[in-house]
Amino acid sequence: MHELSVCQALIGQVERVARENDARRVVSIVIAVGPLSGVEAGLLEHAYPIAAAGTVAEHATLTIELVPVQVRCRSCGAETSAAPNRLVCGACGDWQVDVTAGEEMLLKRVEIETEPAAVH
Amino acid sequence: MCRDCGCSLGPAATRAPLAAQLPAAGRVETIEVITAILDENDRVAAHNRQHFDAQRVLALNLMSSPGAGKTSLLEATIRALGGRLKVAVVEGDLATENDADRIRACGVPAVQITTGNACHLDATMVHDAVHDLPLAGLDVLFIENVGNLVCPASFDLGQHRNVTLLSVPEGDDKPAKYPVMFRAADLALITKTDLLPYITEFSVERARGALRQVGFAGETIELTNRGGDGFAAWLAWLEREVVAQRERAASGQLLRPSIQPEGASAHTAGSRPAR
Repeated sequence: MHELSVCQALIGQVERVARENDARRVVSIVIAVGPLSGVEAGLLEHAYPIAAAGTVAEHATLTIELVPVQVRCRSCGAETSAAPNRLVCGACGDWQVDVTAGEEMLLKRVEIETEPAAVH
Repeated sequence: MCRDCGCSLGPAATRAPLAAQLPAAGRVETIEVITAILDENDRVAAHNRQHFDAQRVLALNLMSSPGAGKTSLLEATIRALGGRLKVAVVEGDLATENDADRIRACGVPAVQITTGNACHLDATMVHDAVHDLPLAGLDVLFIENVGNLVCPASFDLGQHRNVTLLSVPEGDDKPAKYPVMFRAADLALITKTDLLPYITEFSVERARGALRQVGFAGETIELTNRGGDGFAAWLAWLEREVVAQRERAASGQLLRPSIQPEGASAHTAGSRPAR
């Protein structure tokens, strides 16, 4: 269960983005996670509120984009999907493949609120 | 370094509902970022690697499940080397100095990191530990990670190579069960092969097949710490890597483990079109 460490690293990055852009608070965060990154989306969701508590991202929504595993075959050139523990070409079955997606653990986008609400 | 790698990204899948969502009151802006989430860890890891390269030390990250024989392998290796290579060890465990004590009993400096309840080592823990070790004059720094086939694979420590152990009693399908860990290996060691006559369910061929299926492309060595051809092959691999590291360091080249577990795509900025 290293997802809390990952969430703490995520919050660190989000805090930096918020600081650099003079954010009052963070509205939403979008991350991309592939199964070959070794983190579990469900566990990240549970760990996130704990890591975010008391930070500028405390009330932000976290959206996790799941990136499926894709491999490109070195023999036949086909690009196919694959299971994390069966990284073989879906077209010809060759195991000499390059992983083209599924390793991601990326912060993609941060939505921030910058100006204070207008007073009526 | 990985701000615009433009990796392939799928559809939004899950949205975590958070308790107190506030309506946006002020002006809302969207900032496109695209950085590796573990960017800070990666930065410290790169710093560690610079330390190792400056001293021409080969850093190896040993990973396996608890009890696969990481510490025993180190003890046997240190004894077999007989001082031929200068070695130091960083030990990672949740608690106790036991493993560092075992290494020190072999006459080699060791620093124990006790992680409390953390399931993995990270680059900062290794950085702090290395400050307590004399790196100058060393040939090899072994970093024995916390016994765990899941979490350690996600954290770069600054090592040059990942060595992953699979012991015979664990079963030959371990790579299929823990693909991320075994895929991150540069060298796979099938340990405790002296138990093969008793654990007849274990097939070395099936283990090699499972490793291939998770995309492991490195060398596999079968060995027992009691000596033999496999153990000699491990020592030969080690000595080759030490020589290669000295040559790389002398020529100013840098080496990273074959796969950055946290996402090779995040570190190949420029090789893919940004989206």
